[in-house]
Amino acid sequence: MSLASVSVHPARKRRRLRMALTEAGSIALGVVLLVWSLLPLYNMLLVALDPEEGEIEFDGNIWTPEPSLESFRAAVTEEARYLEHFWHEFGNSLYIGLATMVLTLLIGSLASFAVSRLRPGSGSLLTNAALLTYAIPASFLIVPYYRIMHVYGLSDELWAVIAVQVTFATPFAVLILGLYARLIPFELDDAARVDGASAVQLYLRIYLPLMRPALAVVAIYALLLAWNDYLYQAVLLSVRNMTVSVVQGQVFVDVDAAWNAMMAAAIIYVLPPIALLFVLRRYVAASLTMGGGDR
Amino acid sequence: MSGTPGVIAATIPASVKGSGHPPGRGHLRGSDLKWAIAFVAPYAAVFFAFVVYPVGYALWMASEPSLYRDLIADPLYLPTLVNTLLFVGLGVNLKMFLALLLSGYFMRPRWWIKILLAIYVLPWTVAAAQACISFHWMLIDQRGLVDGLLSALFGVEGPIWLNDRWLALGSNIAAYTWKWMPFWTLIFIAGRMTIPRDIYDAAAVDGATGIRRFVHVTFPLLANLYLICSLLSTLWTLGDFTTVYLVSGGAPALSSEVLATLGFRYAFDTARPALGVAAVMSTLPILIPVTIVLMRKVQTSAVQV
Repeated sequence: MSLASVSVHPARKRRRLRMALTEAGSIALGVVLLVWSLLPLYNMLLVALDPEEGEIEFDGNIWTPEPSLESFRAAVTEEARYLEHFWHEFGNSLYIGLATMVLTLLIGSLASFAVSRLRPGSGSLLTNAALLTYAIPASFLIVPYYRIMHVYGLSDELWAVIAVQVTFATPFAVLILGLYARLIPFELDDAARVDGASAVQLYLRIYLPLMRPALAVVAIYALLLAWNDYLYQAVLLSVRNMTVSVVQGQVFVDVDAAWNAMMAAAIIYVLPPIALLFVLRRYVAASLTMGGGDR
Repeated sequence: MSGTPGVIAATIPASVKGSGHPPGRGHLRGSDLKWAIAFVAPYAAVFFAFVVYPVGYALWMASEPSLYRDLIADPLYLPTLVNTLLFVGLGVNLKMFLALLLSGYFMRPRWWIKILLAIYVLPWTVAAAQACISFHWMLIDQRGLVDGLLSALFGVEGPIWLNDRWLALGSNIAAYTWKWMPFWTLIFIAGRMTIPRDIYDAAAVDGATGIRRFVHVTFPLLANLYLICSLLSTLWTLGDFTTVYLVSGGAPALSSEVLATLGFRYAFDTARPALGVAAVMSTLPILIPVTIVLMRKVQTSAVQV
């Protein structure tokens, strides 16, 4: 008895030591991840808070000596150079983003509903079409798109960019929605059919409400795809129809631009998707657990 | 599932209203087919107008053999191909493997892990162009934040990151990893959540904990997901334009370009659109096998579930 307790004791001690080490390592990793994730964002804030105009003046400072919100005022009131039409450009970006989001949800959910609920068995055809879309990356097709938009009469239209973004967002939507739709029992559809529900009613009353978590993920994905885009907005749109990203990307080599105001504008620009993610966080969390988390 | 009002459903315009079909199984089969075709039609229209047509157009533009002679003759092409393979090879594998490990880390039951995850996911939601510009200024030279931190914390004189081909390439990979690792980490967290608890409990009885549990239990269960994600990420990374264009901008002297940005320069800076298309289409020997394996894998995993 006493022998056993003597031999257990150091083992337990070692175990506790190992657990403490693991915990310390886990916290250290957490700190590394925190710095890694926040450093570029902190850099944006650092430049934005710099009171000096033009040229990069922060000179390797890790904190601005005299932080100032002047740059945010200059960006919001469109006083800074290159930001004369900031709100018009912001409106264009928002229009592209929201149209991409709504159309992706509509087209993706209709197609996915049709193959997963009405014609189960033909799903592989749609999945393969979706994957084929990704076979040639979007950026590789910029030259053909540039020409094709002329053919479609969409050159220099925001809808040209929206069309491209929807094209590359819907395959992801179809893949995610198809995966998630498997979790909805077919008995629900059958019960509704007995009550005389049509295909459209099944879509509106059963499919859409139950698919909310997956639809939230698709909405965020589509908005972010449009929000991340630089290439298509830069090539397919002209000076008349600039977006925030195009202006910032085109002048980014100009050290004489008011970079503090540009970074202030960048910070304002990055907020809408974060806000959407915050609003939809519960649905996103639910779809992460594939509906199993809060059941 | 939580029963709050349909935020998403409300954003979808209810343009299609029910027309009320009479019940009856046999009749519904036929009308189902009609509805299915009608519902898939918008997707099919987009697919043919904006995928089949431009891809066909690109293949036609790039079908001229003399273009490839011009490519090989251009001293920029081969170094750019090497850069592309490094950017994709390192960018994808580093990012995916770290994402897989970190997804396990974020499953730890600690109160602060959730807050850390929320911050860690931020880069995914930050617009790519703005993030890349921030990386560019952060790494510019001694005036940038990274070198500022190096000298403030360690008294080291940092390098001029974007003035060396390999450092510039590394910077691009780091920026790309920063932006996209959170997305894949979330996917792997979702994958891990589908693994039933009892499998781990059973493994623990057999003494599989820590690294052994990862190698013998978690990884085999996630291997298919990992492969599918890696292949998809390969396609997306190969097509990434923004990171290289805005972080290093090809500096120094176009030595850190990838094919996506080089093709763009051929097409729009030197006005040789066909050469630009040929440059990116020269990756077809990578794109086609990756897509075929991806389709096979998605197909078999769909059957399994």
